[in-house]
Amino acid sequence: MKQPVASPVPTQERDCRKLSPRRRAYEVTMRSLLYLCAGITCALLLSLIGYILYRGLPELSWEFLTSQESILKKTDGILPAIQNTLYVIIVTLIFILPLGVGSAIYLTEYASNRKLVSAIEFATETLSGIPSILYALVGMLVFCQFLGLSKTLIAGAFTLVIMTLPTIIRTTQESLKTVPASYREGALGLGAGKWHMIRTIVLPSSIDGIVTGCILAIGRIVGESAVLMFTAGMSTAMQDFLGKGGLLKSSGATLTVALYVYAKERAKYDLAFSVAVVLLVITFGINLCAKVMGKRMKGKKGGEKK
Amino acid sequence: MNTQTILQARDLDLFYGENQALKAINMEIPQRRITALIGPSGCGKSTFLRTINRMNDLIPGVSVRGQLTYRGEDIYSPEIDVTWLRKKIGMVFQKANPFPMSIYDNIAYGPRIHGVRKKAELDRIVEESLRGAALWDEVKDRLKKSALGLSGGQQQRMCIARALAVQPDVLLMDESTSALDPGSTMRIEELMSQLKERYTVVIVTHNMQQAVRVSDHCAFFLLGELVEYGPTQQLFSQPKDKRTEDYITGRFG
Repeated sequence: MKQPVASPVPTQERDCRKLSPRRRAYEVTMRSLLYLCAGITCALLLSLIGYILYRGLPELSWEFLTSQESILKKTDGILPAIQNTLYVIIVTLIFILPLGVGSAIYLTEYASNRKLVSAIEFATETLSGIPSILYALVGMLVFCQFLGLSKTLIAGAFTLVIMTLPTIIRTTQESLKTVPASYREGALGLGAGKWHMIRTIVLPSSIDGIVTGCILAIGRIVGESAVLMFTAGMSTAMQDFLGKGGLLKSSGATLTVALYVYAKERAKYDLAFSVAVVLLVITFGINLCAKVMGKRMKGKKGGEKK
Repeated sequence: MNTQTILQARDLDLFYGENQALKAINMEIPQRRITALIGPSGCGKSTFLRTINRMNDLIPGVSVRGQLTYRGEDIYSPEIDVTWLRKKIGMVFQKANPFPMSIYDNIAYGPRIHGVRKKAELDRIVEESLRGAALWDEVKDRLKKSALGLSGGQQQRMCIARALAVQPDVLLMDESTSALDPGSTMRIEELMSQLKERYTVVIVTHNMQQAVRVSDHCAFFLLGELVEYGPTQQLFSQPKDKRTEDYITGRFG
């Protein structure tokens, strides 16, 4: 008791001793229950990751990542799926960046009708919570059938554009709002036009937030399976991106869809688990990127306050 | 007034929505002098300052009645080019607001807007403006470093330099020393006295001693009205209005 209190835990224990036995028992039960909850969650997660690694790692090899499936050569490979994933990510980003950032800029900087803006903001928030299978259905009917793209990666990418648009708009808007009013005033006070101010001051100061939004969007794209199964096809064969039809006509499975195909249609569970390991690593990398970006952004803001 | 008038307000009213912030302001601001606007918080002095280069346009729901002219041109005429107006009438804000870029790019920001592209020309403008704001010697070796690394007083002088870089005619300063320590404040006050040789300076200040020290003319605002306006010495030694007297002797505000 004479010692200075080093950590909050001993204090609590001291308090517990003063409590009546009944309340103390209650205290202890509650605390162990909470520990149990945390423990179960961690155990579930760790055993899940462990099991995936245990099943997936043995099959994983450089060859598996860089070759394609061949019945004659008796090889397995997911290079086509990796290519398809990259293709979908790139095409989606090409469309989503100008669209999403553009609409975010319009909503935060130009739109004067506040009521309309908050209605749109509410709508984008709602849209970002809608189950992806709904986007899949719409994408299939609109892009694949109505617009005649049939089941192609490009149709899948377009559907993903619509699905991730709310994410990009929201994150960009949030980061635009954090740009201090004094920057805008300063630029306008020097005679800058509105767009000039946005291009030279507002966008550079919010670029980190936009990048974070993109990374989140990539995460959603990598993790998406329903949309792509409906719209982009499920072939695990190598696509000839440069050949006939090329980029527009290619259709195939991304990593998540390939995982589904291996597990559900071919019962090659070990392969499916290997794909799962690849996805796990990619997701980890993406989240790490987003964290680092977020930290950098915060660090910069702290510096600006001075 | 024996010097030329550069800015003139005639029956100028300003409303924020329903709320009238300026009431029938009549005022003539002389060229190449320092005019100080004083008064308690919320009296409309900053609002008046911001009407001069139309910074109030940014606030939704603002409407202006009456007339405000700059060299005979109606500032609120639909034909006026706001970009041109703000080039001619520069502004320094209460809080230093360096852009998150290098000192050089901060100063060159304005000239670049107005079409200066040549490196040599920009170099000359940057040096001249920084000299004009008495900052050149302190920063000449770190022009490419971020402006956010400067001290508060240096940042504010850099903002003055940035405003000077577009070669304005009038410089508006909105409580530009209120966030600074006494040393930095003194430097900027000295700077103001130098600036009036080439520019017309209009300042808003909460600090009455500052108004006495630096300004040639002084305007006292209260509740959106211009109560008294005249040579600073006269306004502080023999105020004509009872309210002015009460304010400058510290009875309110």
